[in-house]
Amino acid sequence: MVRHILARVMAAVPTLFLIAAASFFLMRLAPGGPFDAERALAPEIAANLRHIYRLDLPLAQQFWLYLQSLLSGDFGPSFHWRDFTVNELFAKALPISAQLGGEAMALALIVGTALGLVSAIRQTGLVAHLVGAVALLGIIVPPFVVAPLLQLVFGLTLKSLPVGGWNEGAWRNQILPVVTLALPLIAAVARLTRAALIDVLDQPHIRTLRAFGLPAAHIYAHALRAASLPVLSYLGLAAANVLTGSVVVETIFGIPGMGRYFVDAALGRDYTIVMGTVIVIALLVTGFNLLVDLAYAWIDPRVRHE
Amino acid sequence: MDKSAQAILNFRDLNVSYGQNIVVRNVNFALRRGETAAIVGESGSGKTQTILAALRLLPPQAKTTGSIKFEGANLLDLPLPALNRIRGKRIAIIFQEPMSALDPLYPVGAQIGAVLRLQAGLSRRAARERVLELLDLVHIPEPKRRIHAYPHELSGGQRQRVSIAMAIACDPNVLIADEPTTALDVTVAARILDLIAELKQRLGMAMIFISHDLSLVRRFADRIHVMRQGEIVESGSARRITTAPTHAYTRMLLEAEPHPRGEARSFAQAPVILDAKEISVKFRPRGGFFAPSFLMKRDEIKAVDRVTLRLHEGETLGLVGESGSGKSTLARALLKLVPASGMVTFEGRDLTPLSQRALRPLRRSLQLVFQDPFGSLSPRMNVGQIITEGLLVHEPALTRAERDKRAVQALEEVRLHPDLRHRFPHEFSGGQRQRIAIARAMILKPRLVVLDEPTSALDRSVQAEILNLLDQLQAAHGLTYVFISHDLAVIRAVADEIAVMKDGRIIEQGPAREIIEHPRETYTQKLITAAFQAPL
Amino acid sequence: MNRPLTIDKAKTDRSLFARIAANPATLASALILGLMALACLIGPILSPHPYDRVYRDYVLIGPSLTAHPDTTEVDAAMSDIARRMRVEIAATQNDGTKLRATLTSDRPIDARALRYFDRSDIFAPAHIVSSEDEGRRLSLEAPLRREVFLFGTDANGRDLLTRILIAGRVSLAVGLLASFVALVIGVTFGAVAGYAGGRVDAVMMRIVEIVYALPFIFLVIVLTMIFGRNFILIFVAIGAVEWLDMARIVRGQTLTLKRRDYVLAAEALGAPARAILWRHIIPNALGPIAASLTLLVPRVILLESFVSFLGLGVQEPLTSWGVLISDGARTIQSAAYLLIFPALFLAVTLGALQILGDGWRGFFETRND
Repeated sequence: MVRHILARVMAAVPTLFLIAAASFFLMRLAPGGPFDAERALAPEIAANLRHIYRLDLPLAQQFWLYLQSLLSGDFGPSFHWRDFTVNELFAKALPISAQLGGEAMALALIVGTALGLVSAIRQTGLVAHLVGAVALLGIIVPPFVVAPLLQLVFGLTLKSLPVGGWNEGAWRNQILPVVTLALPLIAAVARLTRAALIDVLDQPHIRTLRAFGLPAAHIYAHALRAASLPVLSYLGLAAANVLTGSVVVETIFGIPGMGRYFVDAALGRDYTIVMGTVIVIALLVTGFNLLVDLAYAWIDPRVRHE
Repeated sequence: MDKSAQAILNFRDLNVSYGQNIVVRNVNFALRRGETAAIVGESGSGKTQTILAALRLLPPQAKTTGSIKFEGANLLDLPLPALNRIRGKRIAIIFQEPMSALDPLYPVGAQIGAVLRLQAGLSRRAARERVLELLDLVHIPEPKRRIHAYPHELSGGQRQRVSIAMAIACDPNVLIADEPTTALDVTVAARILDLIAELKQRLGMAMIFISHDLSLVRRFADRIHVMRQGEIVESGSARRITTAPTHAYTRMLLEAEPHPRGEARSFAQAPVILDAKEISVKFRPRGGFFAPSFLMKRDEIKAVDRVTLRLHEGETLGLVGESGSGKSTLARALLKLVPASGMVTFEGRDLTPLSQRALRPLRRSLQLVFQDPFGSLSPRMNVGQIITEGLLVHEPALTRAERDKRAVQALEEVRLHPDLRHRFPHEFSGGQRQRIAIARAMILKPRLVVLDEPTSALDRSVQAEILNLLDQLQAAHGLTYVFISHDLAVIRAVADEIAVMKDGRIIEQGPAREIIEHPRETYTQKLITAAFQAPL
Repeated sequence: MNRPLTIDKAKTDRSLFARIAANPATLASALILGLMALACLIGPILSPHPYDRVYRDYVLIGPSLTAHPDTTEVDAAMSDIARRMRVEIAATQNDGTKLRATLTSDRPIDARALRYFDRSDIFAPAHIVSSEDEGRRLSLEAPLRREVFLFGTDANGRDLLTRILIAGRVSLAVGLLASFVALVIGVTFGAVAGYAGGRVDAVMMRIVEIVYALPFIFLVIVLTMIFGRNFILIFVAIGAVEWLDMARIVRGQTLTLKRRDYVLAAEALGAPARAILWRHIIPNALGPIAASLTLLVPRVILLESFVSFLGLGVQEPLTSWGVLISDGARTIQSAAYLLIFPALFLAVTLGALQILGDGWRGFFETRND
């Protein structure tokens, strides 16, 4: 087991390297530079800026230097917000995005599993149709529609919740963004749970439990354990993206998270922020994949023993 | 004689249907206390559906009418809580496939313990004690260790013992065994049957034993009920049924057991068609692309270990072994379908240095027929396309019309109507699909055909027909067969030479009659005893 | 096994279309999609409002079934014209089809000033009924142009319904085409990786992992920056991301199918790898592929909307549902309908595709035993 983890971690290193390289060179491929958007600068100042930020060095060398700073945990200075380093900006923005994302995932797990369980037990009838409708809504009404509508209803019409802003993490400011983030996740978790449960409930070993007259609660508990695997896979994949902030949600609700920084940075060619975000996401993806693997091993002993 | 007065389980006018499809029709029988009743039938006879109905384990689409009386109450009408007090506690069931019947995510001790705690109300500690007792009762070695084992860590036989332990945990009055040994190897099956007999003796419960094998059940059953297409066609004492059957179907079942050849054939004078020397096939688990291999386990699996064989033209070599013996892998290695070390010579030509491309034209002479008729035909192609696929490779010059003609010939040769070539595999029965698979092989006019358990998935009656067909084809075309099977009865009927495989090696080899009548190795002896145990 | 072994011939013989028709949900979805496609294709042609026609007098009009102009609008327009003509309104009379107005002024009214009526969206060219006092008192009649804006108009005064239909063309087209691109690349990649196995498979899957880890927005932005804001670019970006899922699914299918006996049988027959992939693997994987495809299309359409919402997608004069929604989001406080109607069309289309896709997948799962 430990060997398996080690192997995965070691396999991840070259992958991360390739990701970093891919994003580095892709970004440079795009025409224009980080300082184009600003007021036209005098040539000497422009050249000076380029020198300070080492943009006048050959690309390969720039990459090498960047890698070195990465290994010491330094994401470099921001090109756009020049008083800050990327690390400082992330230190403020990442916790915000992570908090919202984490809450959304927790909500999705609880509500989605419940809905999935209920609609797997009663596969026909009103309940099943309701759950199906909710799951469908989560897919067909995207966040960039839900968010403005929620703002309209709760913020402007009913005036019961703030329209936007972070407000140092006040809980009332978090409700609408978290709900918006959670809806598509709830839909996906409900669908996956339902499908997996129906599949498991059809299996021979569940029939054995029934044949021995064991109570329904016991049977569903067993079934849920087996059914949790595909849901975990999905959440693992979605986690990295949800935790690093949804561009839409942060833009519409005015939340200073990573998503918003990222788009601004990408549009403004702030190389270090873009690279930093990509790497953070890649790290999270690897980390979550590993966590999902561990969860699989914990739940399914056949995986442990292979 | 009022037998029903002593009946513990009484099936009256039981009917089970799915929509228009009636699968159990007017079934009437009574199980007496302490009796062992066997229900025998082929696939589709409704035997499993009948007993599943008793515990209301049928899918929701099933419609059940009639009555199944247990201690005065009709099980079909009982409210669920009352039924649950009977399920597993008074009437218990053992299923056919122990791997899928047990929950793969929980240790076996916990699974048995759950029954004890939830049905018999035992405390955790008491349940654990009882589980150890039960594991001992079913002769599982080192019960204290095995109590924490997961199903996949146990062998097939051990898993079935666990299922049996679970079934007798609450000391039931009735034990239902649904083909408990069909999925097991012959030697293991024999031991499980012994165990069941021993437990029945000790605990005195009544038993319903379901099987497709009449000769198996006659050794221990008191009464036999023969089912066919949902109906009981004959019932009686085991002795009477097996010595003086009245119904034609029962007679057919008894006779369908494969009979050995009258004359032993000898092919020592014939030319050698296939010569295999020191064939070995090894599997190694692969690491991922970037994962360094030193972190991966190094264990190699030797599926085939230095096998040497020699086949003469026209003979049938019977390759016998239990599951995991490597016989299928050996077959694929002989046909160069899996990478193997060693030398294979076919019709004097060394196949070892040949590339896949160079091998291609030779492939028509070396054909393969599989066990699973449901998986060996591509669902999306019609029969004509399936049969003539080989022609596309080996005789590409043929026009569509010519290929069609060959398809017609091939179908006729396997006794199927040529018009069927426009249909799709799912429209045929198992036996018919196997004929199609044979036609697919024969159309290329091969010299050597490897048959990998070709009749193991078929009913006995159909099996006899297929064996017959294979025999005729061999005579007509001078074919050499490598016939692989775990079923010694079949091997005895078809083989001229027998090779016994275990753990990838051939442990004994020789003329068929010799091996059957005078086996030298202990393992071979065990196999033969288990297969041909004389009736009690 | 719980299932009886007899094969229900009638059931397995029904074609896919028959089964779609038999299930009310999938039938309704298929019909809705058909109608939607038809509407988007033909609607803009049939509509009385060209999609780029600006009605300066009808800016941000709410949805309504009744025709414009109403009395308030007429009066407002009349006052506006009078102001520009620098005349006074003595009297007006609106009978619903035309406006009769009497204008007075200190100086004779120049007949050419009537061109303000021509330029108006509310009035058709006016004609003078009577002229008195050397033209200082003019009586004229201007017929009213009846316009119906079922969904209202946007901030530029364009009919929303027509805009939505025209946008639908783009969204649906991108959906279908990008999905098709993703399909072709994904199937080829996945089938080759799955069948070849070993090193080839490992390398190919590593590529998939790397591209997967790159955030979609990042790819889109980079591509935007390299290629400029091009319509084709959307395809490329979306196709470049969505083929990954398809490749994974096809690879999974291939790995399973590769072990089936009929593949081994084909190998024993001597069929080359190419033929096996083409004759056995892909046809038998078609079910899950088709099912994934129908679930891919809604995701692609959604992605396109998302990209357009960010302002990186289709540019003027083209428009898509994402652009409309994005515009609508900005004016949500005053004109919520600008968001709701395009979102409704998007939701209905996505929903129909999703239901159809789910149903289709269900059919294939039961068919393949």
